[in-house]
Amino acid sequence: MKRALFAAAALLMAGCINGGAWAADKLKVGFIYLGPVGDLGWTYQHELARQALVKELGDKIETTFLENVPEGPDAERAIEQLVRAGNKLIFTTSFGYMDPTLKVAKKYPNVHFEHCSGYKRDKNMSTYSARWYQGRYIQGQIAAKMSKAGVLGYIGSFPIPEVVSGINATMLGAQTVNPNIKVKIIWVNSWFDPGKEADAAKALLDQGADMIMQHTDSPAAMQVAGERGKLAFGQDSEMIKFGPKAQLTSILDTWAPYYIERVKAELAGTWKSEDTWGGLDTKMFEMAPYTNMPDDVKKMAEDTQAAITAGKSHPFKCPVVAQDGKEVECKGGDHLQDGQILGMNFYVKGIDDKIPGK
Amino acid sequence: MELVEAIILSVLAASTPLLLAATGELVTERSGVLNLGVEGMMIVGAACGFGAAWLSGSIIFGAFCGVVAGILMSLIFALMALGLAVNQVATGLALTILGIGLSGLIGAGFVGERITPAPHLYIPGLTDIPLAGRILFGEDAFVYLSIALVVGVWWFLYRTRAGLILRACGDNHVSAHALGYPVLRIRLYAVMFGGACAGLAGAYLPLAYTPFFIPGMTAGRGWIALALTVFASWRPARLVVGAYLFGAVTILQLHAQGAGIGIPSQFMSSLPYLATIIVLVLLSRARTGGSTAPAALGTVFVPDR
Amino acid sequence: MRLVLEKRAERSTIIALISPLIAIGLTIVTLCILFAILGKNPISALAVYFIDPLTDGYSLQEIAVKATPLVMIAIGLSLCYLANAWNIGAEGQFLIGAVAGSWLAVKTQGTDAGHWVLPAMLALGAIAGALYALIPAICKVRFGASEILTSLMLVYVADLLLDYLVRGPWRDPQGFNFPTTAEFDPVATVPTLIEGGRLHLGSIVALLVVAAGAVLLGRTIKGFEIRVVGAAPRAARFGGFNANQLVLLTFAISGALAGLAGIIEVAGPVGHLQPGISPGYGFTAIIVAFLGRLNPIGILIAGLFLALTFIGGEQAQIAMKIPLDVTKVFQGILLFYVLACDSLILYRFRLISTSPKVQSGAR
Repeated sequence: MKRALFAAAALLMAGCINGGAWAADKLKVGFIYLGPVGDLGWTYQHELARQALVKELGDKIETTFLENVPEGPDAERAIEQLVRAGNKLIFTTSFGYMDPTLKVAKKYPNVHFEHCSGYKRDKNMSTYSARWYQGRYIQGQIAAKMSKAGVLGYIGSFPIPEVVSGINATMLGAQTVNPNIKVKIIWVNSWFDPGKEADAAKALLDQGADMIMQHTDSPAAMQVAGERGKLAFGQDSEMIKFGPKAQLTSILDTWAPYYIERVKAELAGTWKSEDTWGGLDTKMFEMAPYTNMPDDVKKMAEDTQAAITAGKSHPFKCPVVAQDGKEVECKGGDHLQDGQILGMNFYVKGIDDKIPGK
Repeated sequence: MELVEAIILSVLAASTPLLLAATGELVTERSGVLNLGVEGMMIVGAACGFGAAWLSGSIIFGAFCGVVAGILMSLIFALMALGLAVNQVATGLALTILGIGLSGLIGAGFVGERITPAPHLYIPGLTDIPLAGRILFGEDAFVYLSIALVVGVWWFLYRTRAGLILRACGDNHVSAHALGYPVLRIRLYAVMFGGACAGLAGAYLPLAYTPFFIPGMTAGRGWIALALTVFASWRPARLVVGAYLFGAVTILQLHAQGAGIGIPSQFMSSLPYLATIIVLVLLSRARTGGSTAPAALGTVFVPDR
Repeated sequence: MRLVLEKRAERSTIIALISPLIAIGLTIVTLCILFAILGKNPISALAVYFIDPLTDGYSLQEIAVKATPLVMIAIGLSLCYLANAWNIGAEGQFLIGAVAGSWLAVKTQGTDAGHWVLPAMLALGAIAGALYALIPAICKVRFGASEILTSLMLVYVADLLLDYLVRGPWRDPQGFNFPTTAEFDPVATVPTLIEGGRLHLGSIVALLVVAAGAVLLGRTIKGFEIRVVGAAPRAARFGGFNANQLVLLTFAISGALAGLAGIIEVAGPVGHLQPGISPGYGFTAIIVAFLGRLNPIGILIAGLFLALTFIGGEQAQIAMKIPLDVTKVFQGILLFYVLACDSLILYRFRLISTSPKVQSGAR
């Protein structure tokens, strides 16, 4: 019944739309991308997932994307354009689309929205994101094992909780191996500026770090590490091509299973507004193969990964001690509560820096 | 000391695309033409340069194609601004829009590919000199090429007759024309030179800096090059200083963060622009009767007959 | 024999009328070739770009929303350009206007401030934009520093200031450190005109600005002075017009309009202050000003037309999977054709016999 209603609404809408070359039997799924599809990072991974989606369900759905949509006044229009073109399920793939998505969602209660990495939801607007901090914890352990200098270099984009919690998870992981590990952090204030990311990587290496971790999207830092004979971790996508001797592992955004699941739910008429924060257990992200490290380090990483996947280990296991030496209130039983991680705005003990703007 | 050396090496590399593009724009502007399309020419140079290098496996061929692409872009500008006397500001902006689109289309074919970047020089003996060796003899060839180019431009502008004529066109095209110089043709060459340099500057990014092509990878460097020509008050020597100063601020800002010094990065980033304005005002004041900008900069010229 | 450009004795009215048609014709031919190469049907592609957005109320609204800041800024810029004052820093003035107005919105957030907030914000935006524009104007008048370049430099400074504020002092305390202020209160928001649509009061303001621009240029002494100073500086000097004063005036007006556009955009379609509030409006408006031939009505048409290509570009991505880059290329080509054809209003081509050296040497 619900399905029939949707179809009727869709038909009605299709009638208003110019041209009207719309096949009533195919579900239209839309995507809004922040970058160009060829950015090799964030948007690229969403695009790969869209392609996987088409491969899996191509006979039942039709997908459309709008790329390079700035997170400003144009975003709302872009989303609404997709709605008006008959898309019934729309993925908006950047934090900055949160308010525009919400506005459009309120206006079109019969269309379903999936917003990536935000915190505002509605009856017809889900959110989804990945527990990348789990991967960062593993990376921290590897880094501490592999670093000779005991100094990690970390390239940050913006000091948002996702990135801050990543830095903290890295340090907590690293401290299990080497309690005196140090981290140097550089913010490039951009998700994507290959030149600046490369400059930041060079600066970190020049200042004595021998390991590069990044929370920015291009493979530039990996490339620099490789060139200098240093080690690095990739971000978003497989970057081993850019540092065959440098990449230890990479956090891979694998959105495809989630996209397929949600589209199947939509097709079956069982789509509900949810808050999905998937981790290693649900394969919301994956770790690239562990490379360029001795077997014992690899073994450790795999063990940690297995423990986290099985829920036996948690990166933010209590007690978590903040930078100021005070213990953080433990709201989630034996580990920090999800809300505390999602809104994380403090550094853990062992980080000498301070969060910009704080 | 090692850190200082490393910082200098990074600054040299970071400044090179700025210096290359600004050198070209300096010559263009000296002839009296303001081409705001530097960013567009650069990004097309980057796409074509990378594509050519990837297909051929040759960095030199890639750089060559970057230069050619820059020239072709500048010819569109020349056709409009010189041939049809269209306003230069509008044409330059349109060129940037076109360039961003074109580069995306060209670059779509080799997304995700990488090449071996331009090698760093190694001259046995010289490169090994402590401290100075790697700075003077250990960067990639483009770095030294950019400096040679500035020296060449300086020599051309101030030591040759052709350079004098070019400057005359920029200062007063009516007089230059009256004296019998082909103002438009000279400007055409100057615009083409600007395009060639911008194309090379763009190509430097994927060929030497970050050896892959990503749409939008010039990230505003073309606009900084424009600022630099002003900062340098259209003098090649000052251009070198300015380019390295811009590069140094970018790099030092990152180092300050790494060292945990908490100055808002935006403040440091805005310094070069403020400095540029101050320099411009001071220079204009110092020379009574007007600024040191080429007097005919940005104005349309159609010869009377 | 060679082809040369020469100035017409007077502007050609016929060319002025048919030049847009020629430009559009040329664009269509070029586009057909481009689409054919890409394997798309040229006719339907053209329809998606130019016709479809004009056929429904929603797209028309969106065109108006997109055109609003472009037209407002371009009107101000046209005054500058007519007076031979080259303000290319409207982007910075736009941002500063947005910042100044947002200051009040942030400060009154959550208080029971009344309906005076929005008008005060708009006033602040306009004043700040004007003051910011006066910096390059004063540098020019007082020191002779090129306003093209100082105004351009100030764009970056404004951008960085905005960036600093939303990442630091003005950051939404509930915003998880994302660089944005909190959503403005209703009293600090520009009201929309149609229920459910995005068309807002700013579009009316833009129309008023167009009308005011037309009156200023066509019916007032100041407008006459502006045009004379630009077109015939010597005559203006003999006429006793103060060119410096006009530089200051036109810069202040254009800065005020850009600042007003900035705060309207932030308090309207965006609803909060964040980086990236302007997808290059200040620069695109320069093109709009020239496309509109520095004439208020022309600017209105040009602004709407350029907005049409943005909306059409999105619909082309959706309906025909035409990449965004093609839209950029298409916009670039279109601008070139329009500018080139307009050039023939003032100039014409003539074939002359070669031996230019002898010729020019003889004079």
